[in-house]
Amino acid sequence: MENQKIGCYICTGCGIGDLLDIKLLEDMATKESRIPVVRTHAFLCGEEGLTTIRHDMQNEAVNTVVIAACSPRVHVETFRQLEAPLLDRVNLREQVIWVQHLKEEDDKDVFEEDRQMAAEDYLRMGCAKVKKMDPPEPFDDPGLSKTIMVVGGGVSGLTAAKEAADTGYDVVLVEKDAELGGRVAQMLKVSPVKPPYDQLEQPPTAALIAAVEGHDKIKIYKKATIKETTGAPGLFDVKIEYGAGEYSTGEDSTGEDSTGEDYSTGEDSTGEDSTGEDSTGEDSTGENSERIGAIVVATGYTLYDETKLTHLGHGTSPDVITAWEFEQMAKAGNIVRKSDGQPAKRVAFSLCAGSRDVQHLEYCSGACCTYSMKQALYVTEQYEDASTFLIYQEIRTPGQMEDFYRKVQNEGGVFIKGDINKVASGSNGGLTVDINDKLLRTPESLDVDLLVLATGMMPNIDTTDPNQETDLSASDANSVLNLQYRQGPSLPLLKWGFPDSHYICFPYETRRTGIHAAGPVRRPMGISSSMTDATGAALKAIQTVESIGRGAAVHPRVGDLSYPSFRVDGCTQCKRCTEECPFGAINEDDKSNPLFNPTRCRRCGTCMGACPQKIISFSNYSVDMISTMFKECEIPEEDEEKPRILIFACENDAYPALDMIGHNRGILTPYIRVVPLRCMGSMNLVWVADAMSAGYDGVLLMGCRHGDDYQCHFVRGSALAETRLNKVAETLDRLQLESERVKMIEVNIMDSDILPDKINAFVDDLEAFGPNPFKEF
Amino acid sequence: MAYDLSFAKDVYENAEEGHWIKMCMQCGVCAGSCPLGPHWEFSPRQLFQMIRAGKAEEVLKSESMWMCVSCYHCMVRCPRGLPITHIVHGLARFAVEKKRADKDQVTRRFAKILWENMERGGRIGEMALTTKLYMVNGIPDGVKKGMEMKDQAMSMLKSGRLKMDPLHLSRIRGHAGFKAMLKKAREIEQKKRES
Repeated sequence: MENQKIGCYICTGCGIGDLLDIKLLEDMATKESRIPVVRTHAFLCGEEGLTTIRHDMQNEAVNTVVIAACSPRVHVETFRQLEAPLLDRVNLREQVIWVQHLKEEDDKDVFEEDRQMAAEDYLRMGCAKVKKMDPPEPFDDPGLSKTIMVVGGGVSGLTAAKEAADTGYDVVLVEKDAELGGRVAQMLKVSPVKPPYDQLEQPPTAALIAAVEGHDKIKIYKKATIKETTGAPGLFDVKIEYGAGEYSTGEDSTGEDSTGEDYSTGEDSTGEDSTGEDSTGEDSTGENSERIGAIVVATGYTLYDETKLTHLGHGTSPDVITAWEFEQMAKAGNIVRKSDGQPAKRVAFSLCAGSRDVQHLEYCSGACCTYSMKQALYVTEQYEDASTFLIYQEIRTPGQMEDFYRKVQNEGGVFIKGDINKVASGSNGGLTVDINDKLLRTPESLDVDLLVLATGMMPNIDTTDPNQETDLSASDANSVLNLQYRQGPSLPLLKWGFPDSHYICFPYETRRTGIHAAGPVRRPMGISSSMTDATGAALKAIQTVESIGRGAAVHPRVGDLSYPSFRVDGCTQCKRCTEECPFGAINEDDKSNPLFNPTRCRRCGTCMGACPQKIISFSNYSVDMISTMFKECEIPEEDEEKPRILIFACENDAYPALDMIGHNRGILTPYIRVVPLRCMGSMNLVWVADAMSAGYDGVLLMGCRHGDDYQCHFVRGSALAETRLNKVAETLDRLQLESERVKMIEVNIMDSDILPDKINAFVDDLEAFGPNPFKEF
Repeated sequence: MAYDLSFAKDVYENAEEGHWIKMCMQCGVCAGSCPLGPHWEFSPRQLFQMIRAGKAEEVLKSESMWMCVSCYHCMVRCPRGLPITHIVHGLARFAVEKKRADKDQVTRRFAKILWENMERGGRIGEMALTTKLYMVNGIPDGVKKGMEMKDQAMSMLKSGRLKMDPLHLSRIRGHAGFKAMLKKAREIEQKKRES
């Protein structure tokens, strides 16, 4: 940073002043780190402390603030008030005095000397760090759009479109069919979506369609497909091909392409006038291009293929039908045996038909129990002397559906826990279902007129392998969005084919920034949950367009204004960054140079860790910055018997876990020096080599759990770090060092109780190898 | 035919609190809570599912509902709020009405003796009740049992805990009113059954 003037503020509160020699720290900062303004305060986070800093910023032209006090994870807002161009924190409290403290039973302060050394090292690192930082300049583009595109016009898509438009955002709704409403519109009734949650209700789609079609902020494309999606969040250009005459807006188009012409209102959108005046597309071509800010994917589900369910009797008799067939039968108002048209008064429902079954769908769809109960009520409503049987594994009625379960029981629905062993045609024309009844613990034989198979849901999403290389010019027929991303046209999928990123921690996030999944395409769910989900995804999409409008990152580094820059003249076209980016942010130009899309970026730094040429860096986070930091630490001479272990800790989970050891006043070995990383994915192997040649005895990497049940906040960062580490043995061999000196462990945010032992075990391992021979140099 | 619901409907409509049975969700908390659990052939949960499955004879001839000691644990704990204790007693009564219950069932005999004793004086006559209970298996057995217990009986007599009334002659105050109440209750019950 030009004209940088650093102010270093050491807080003596919370016991820091009692356990550290503050005078020595001040001298070190002034003389060794050459910081022009060094001050001590007893209560920096208080108003008086802040005023001291503000005073220096105004009168001494301090523009870079180093605060040596508590963890950077606390008092974030307090110090943000200073609005300093650059600010960094040195963690003297949680990771020095609170983990190397005086125990009551000790008569001697065993950590006295080591603690002071640690504090000095951390202060050195903090001062060195800010010298390598520049204030980030947010990305801006005049073409940034805040329009939200919703893909899918079912109950989830309609809800998302309505919620986003009601909040004031322009919405483009794309539906592949000629009519809106999706599956729910084709249902007779739906399970309750509002209190008291025990009555069948009319499908909510009619009201939603009316609201959406009449909304002046919503543009609708019907019979539409997305030919391609180019660009990045805020700057997506989406080519939509739609059926002739199937394009409508509300009464007054407010989109950027508005020409003030009369668009049809939703109510009479079927007329030929609806597309003629559009400035970007002609009716005859039926193709339009939209500039989109964020996308909500609400493409819904496909039901599991019932023909695979022969073990439940599918195919043995026409009276074994799917729940969807039964729904249509009930909607036609005539529940009868399909075989002979006799009234079907005894109806059995097979729940979990093909679900929670390793041969079929391994997961629970969470909605089949509820919709079967609903259908049982259809039978009771049509026939007074109806008998309904729900054959289940476990009843799962998430959300508010427990009251509905009671309602169905009260109406006489009989619930039988058991497995269907055999289905055969009965003597009187119906079916005989042999059940292994787990409640009576006996085999029972049930005579029914119909057996309804409640099949589970599969996401309607791309089936292509997201990791395979794809020709960018080819449009993939299987892909919903046809993303023009270097990593492929599809959304990366989780286990079982759902395009989520981590559905507990980061709901509605896919692994493509600005593209949010909602409803059963994200995870199987019922109508009520889908509507809640769609609202959540709409809010996420709004958050995306707003953050990107300010040049800021979205989840999980919300508000971060920095983004990587690429010194392309140093690039060797190795493609590691374009391949490894967990979010597909980097495309390639025709010479295989990286083409970076700032608004797709989540700022994890995985590209920076991947680059062997060190050409990728952030203004406030770079390979050089981290290297300089840990090289600043004093490495004691071999005969002092004070080993030094460098820890790279993921700042999302591992760093807070280390802080928590301090909060619990645990003890950590004083031989470690912790450097927080944005993500283990940003770990560049150069650091390991540098640390070894600087004389560190070992390097410990603390990343999140990876694999199927990963906890990495950037999806693949910790997994990539582990892969890179496998290559480090070679480097160490070249230096003639034991490769076990570098180790990676998985750390969970809850691991503070076992973490000291894990670190100590590593220190013990290192002792066996003896000191790093490079200390000499 | 399994799961023929006609028996279940009969129970729902005609057994005391029987309509609650369809609300059971088979969690088994009642079975786990019952202090006599190991001694039942069928737990309340199983009885309820057997009723739904149409196993009329097995339910009505079962001894299980006669085992209830009315501790109310099941009823307090039932997450669905079923009055299980009342339902179980209702089922016993229902079995009697359907003439399927065993006349020699010990709980049934005890209940009958207790009720007759109570109805006679308006309250329990302890001495007459114990005498009658001792004699259920014949006079010699009864005398033997009585002799075994004589020390307890003497000390209870001395401390006024047992009243010297072997013929059960004492009556509560307002005995006529008590009788009239019972008569009225029987009329109401009868009317309910006829309707």
